[in-house]
Amino acid sequence: MPKRFPAPKHWMRNWSATSLIVYTSLLPALGQTSSVQTEATPDLAQQELAHFEKRVTTKVLPNGLTVLLIERPEAPVFSYYTLVDAGDANDPTGQSGLAHMFEHLAFKGTDEIGTTNWPAEKVALQKVEDTYAAYDGEYRKRVGQDPAKLKQLREAFEAAKKDAQQYVIPNQFTEIAEENGATGINASTGLDSTEYFWSMPANRLELWAYMESGRLGHPVPREFYKERDVVMEERRMRTDSNPIGRMVEQFLATAYVAHPYGRPGVGWESELSQIDATEADVFHKKYYAPSNIVIAVAGDLKASTTMPVMEKYFDPIPGGPKPEPMTTVEPPQNSEKSVIIREATQPFYIEGYHRSDYLDPDDQVYDAITDILSNGRVSRLYRSLVRDQRIAAEAEGFSGFPGIKFPGLFAFYAVPLPGHTPQEMRSAIHKEIDKLKTQDVTDDELAMFKTRARVNLLRSLGDNEGLAQSLATYQLRYGDWRELFRQLDKIDRVSKADIRRVSNKVFTEGNRTYAIIETVPEHEPAASAPKAGGL
Amino acid sequence: MKYLVTIAVLALAHVAALPAVAQEPTQPSQQAQPWKKIPIPELPAFHPKQPRRIVLDNGAIIFLQEDHELPFVNGFIEMRGGGRDLPASKTGMVSLYGDVWRTSGTASKSGDAMDDLLEAKAAKVETDGDVDSTSVGWSCLKTDFDTVFGLTTDLLLHPKFDPGKLDLAKQQMAAGIVRRNDDVGEIASREAAKLVYGPTNPYGRTPELAGVMAITVADLEQFHEKTVIPNGMIIGVTGDFDSATMEQKLRAVFGGLKKGTPLPPAKETFNGPHPGVYSVDKTDVNQSNIWIVGLGTERSNPDYYALSVMNQVFSGGFGSRLFQNVRTRLGLAYSVGGSYGASYDHPGLFYTVAATKSASTVEATKAMLGQIDDLKTEPFTEDELRRAKDELLNSFVFRYDTPEKVLNERASLEFYGYPADFLEKYRAAIEKVTIADLERVAKKYVDRSKLAILVVGNTQQIAAGTPGQPGKPLSDLGQVHPVDITIPMPPGMQAGPSQQQP
Repeated sequence: MPKRFPAPKHWMRNWSATSLIVYTSLLPALGQTSSVQTEATPDLAQQELAHFEKRVTTKVLPNGLTVLLIERPEAPVFSYYTLVDAGDANDPTGQSGLAHMFEHLAFKGTDEIGTTNWPAEKVALQKVEDTYAAYDGEYRKRVGQDPAKLKQLREAFEAAKKDAQQYVIPNQFTEIAEENGATGINASTGLDSTEYFWSMPANRLELWAYMESGRLGHPVPREFYKERDVVMEERRMRTDSNPIGRMVEQFLATAYVAHPYGRPGVGWESELSQIDATEADVFHKKYYAPSNIVIAVAGDLKASTTMPVMEKYFDPIPGGPKPEPMTTVEPPQNSEKSVIIREATQPFYIEGYHRSDYLDPDDQVYDAITDILSNGRVSRLYRSLVRDQRIAAEAEGFSGFPGIKFPGLFAFYAVPLPGHTPQEMRSAIHKEIDKLKTQDVTDDELAMFKTRARVNLLRSLGDNEGLAQSLATYQLRYGDWRELFRQLDKIDRVSKADIRRVSNKVFTEGNRTYAIIETVPEHEPAASAPKAGGL
Repeated sequence: MKYLVTIAVLALAHVAALPAVAQEPTQPSQQAQPWKKIPIPELPAFHPKQPRRIVLDNGAIIFLQEDHELPFVNGFIEMRGGGRDLPASKTGMVSLYGDVWRTSGTASKSGDAMDDLLEAKAAKVETDGDVDSTSVGWSCLKTDFDTVFGLTTDLLLHPKFDPGKLDLAKQQMAAGIVRRNDDVGEIASREAAKLVYGPTNPYGRTPELAGVMAITVADLEQFHEKTVIPNGMIIGVTGDFDSATMEQKLRAVFGGLKKGTPLPPAKETFNGPHPGVYSVDKTDVNQSNIWIVGLGTERSNPDYYALSVMNQVFSGGFGSRLFQNVRTRLGLAYSVGGSYGASYDHPGLFYTVAATKSASTVEATKAMLGQIDDLKTEPFTEDELRRAKDELLNSFVFRYDTPEKVLNERASLEFYGYPADFLEKYRAAIEKVTIADLERVAKKYVDRSKLAILVVGNTQQIAAGTPGQPGKPLSDLGQVHPVDITIPMPPGMQAGPSQQQP
């Protein structure tokens, strides 16, 4: 069966695969509207806001947790979205991958779920930590490491894990959810934030509140080290064994010198492989404070009866201060940087320019540029590189990579057609950038951006999962879910001059980092690859 | 956790549950289980609205599904006939057709002009070509319906396939072909399908450069001529409209179409794979993709329900035997999944997949094979049965919780000739499945001697291991057949250095 209803394609997401892309996909997608408003559309967005005012209830619980309830009684189901304002950008130095590791831990149950005997298991888990710390201390010794002692400590650690395992009821947390009809059980960790979500029949809402509050408030380091192996496999899949994954890792590491946006979210192998449960616990205490979390629930519910349930289960989580904001600010880049990868995979080109974070008043200008350059077959990069010059299979520019919370990159990429080189992609992209800097975009292009933003926002409102995600995100990022609708006004104010101004400010040579994959035959050692540019 | 679910969902909306694993006998919990005391009220009665079905004299079938939540009207027109109705030499043609049909446009409006007009309204009209069908669909604000629907039907009835757009689409497809060996997961799923269905079967074959380059505009025109006929056509519309008015508009367009000659039923043979160990060597990876594959079944099989429950136990989700063992207990994989697949009108794929570090490839494969064998030897428990059913039945509401899902389901059943109440019967049939049924279907359908093992990975590293992690050669699993994935380059085509496969 073919795809029945047309949906926009987003190739980029296929390879940016990690959840890094969650926000970049969300915000631009919602951030696009109409000014040459087709008769019906402007009022419709206003009407929808008025309509949602009646259906959305917000409350900050005494412990600081923000709850949003969205009444949408179309079918007897609900979806929830828990958004924690901490991601892998918050991983302490030397512990890259920790936020993501914690996300995996959150599926291992609580002190009530997943154990046959918590008091005994707790003691056993402490032993696991103690023996691991002893082993790790010896393992990290650079001078005087004693192999016999190391082996002995390793055995003690293995024995402690085995002992703790006897209390485990594996996967009981997810099993309870699944038995009760949960679908789409998942979570993702980006550099900016961590999200947990699923959908369930409406009569299981209290059960869900019990489970979710349990794992947010009382996670346990169950099977931590086995799960670390699983996450190592995730790294091998997304990064090590994927040419684009390998390239993106090097690209970001080169673009950033100070800010953690330059670190892979999944973690460097050496650091990920040495994270321990004690570190995860410290991270949880600091970043999973209720004041750092927003939970949205959308579906067949009534706020009057649901809010008391939320209070009953979530308010007992002990409160704590909101973590202090990050001090690190990426210093300005003053000259072009590059990554050249020579290997036996197909050629690729990507470049990125440092931009401001999402709170910049020009945020919607970046949305406009993204839309005009990249959205569909009318976009400039498609028409120029793909349709007319026929040198690329795909070409796009997009904002907020690898995140939006801190200053990210505005990136451009192109996939060369057979016989064409990354260098051709680069000059063709630069021609399009120059056009943005020197000539105004057309009235039609600007109007199209505004119309699409407005209509696509409307399209996104008929879906519990999407609503819970959007409203939680806007509530967290702007302090008010209504910003989802209000940003349309900012979008309407974007002008041609804004686009030229921002393009001239940001798309400069000194602010650029690029990465290239150049194809060389497999058995030719990369180091001795002869040419610098030709394919 | 993203990928895990992707893999699990390959099984087509089957998620699963299963209790604690056999290896670690779950002692009766000494703990209280507070969640069991949480009240679960009766789910309010929910009768999703069924679409209105209208049959025109010429055989076209219309489904109208009103949904007034948002001011949009979306729809599709679906034709029978796809890649499987063409010879193997035309592999890739239907995909080109689905692309070029829209980008070319119509006799009176080019595809590019159509793009400008539609995007200014944030509307879409798109075409698609698949293995058994083709379609044109649209999505627009209700205020734009007449314009957008007009373009849609113009495209359906007066397409003008453009040689320039065909060339463009061929280049795009060629780019995909020369890149197809860069991604390990893509190689694995492609070669697995080839092993199971055969390299010329429509469900196993892949487009090659020479064949794609030979497709002509005349090929597309002839295919269009043959397939766009009202008998067998299915039209579905959902959104904010009035059914009576919509029916009139649709009758005006489709009522006058003249019947055509239906395509003869596609004839394929399904023999399943030649059992054995197949290996694709990728030197630039440190993880192996393992696929253990064979033929599955069809949904019309009376055992479909018991097999669905077996699937839940085997691989349905976090609690399934496969997940519990290969990921949770052994920590050998991040992505793991499987299904005894059931398609509507041909045997689905029976697959068990995992991705594991090179050094543990043989160990993980053995663990997966062990899980497959256990389906026949490890007795299903009452607890497993209950959990699997709970899982299927409690999540059942998500099969029809939006009007669009209901419409899609009805259209699929219509297309493949299944009764309209298939979904309701499914529910009742799942409830009746017993442990004896599970044992019976496991014995009848799970046969390791009919399965092939495919490993895409770093052969040298698999055998030698990495520091601290000794490996094992694939030959420990049986005689190894190397698979050549070299991309055939037609003379005169320069694609730069391609994948070098020894």
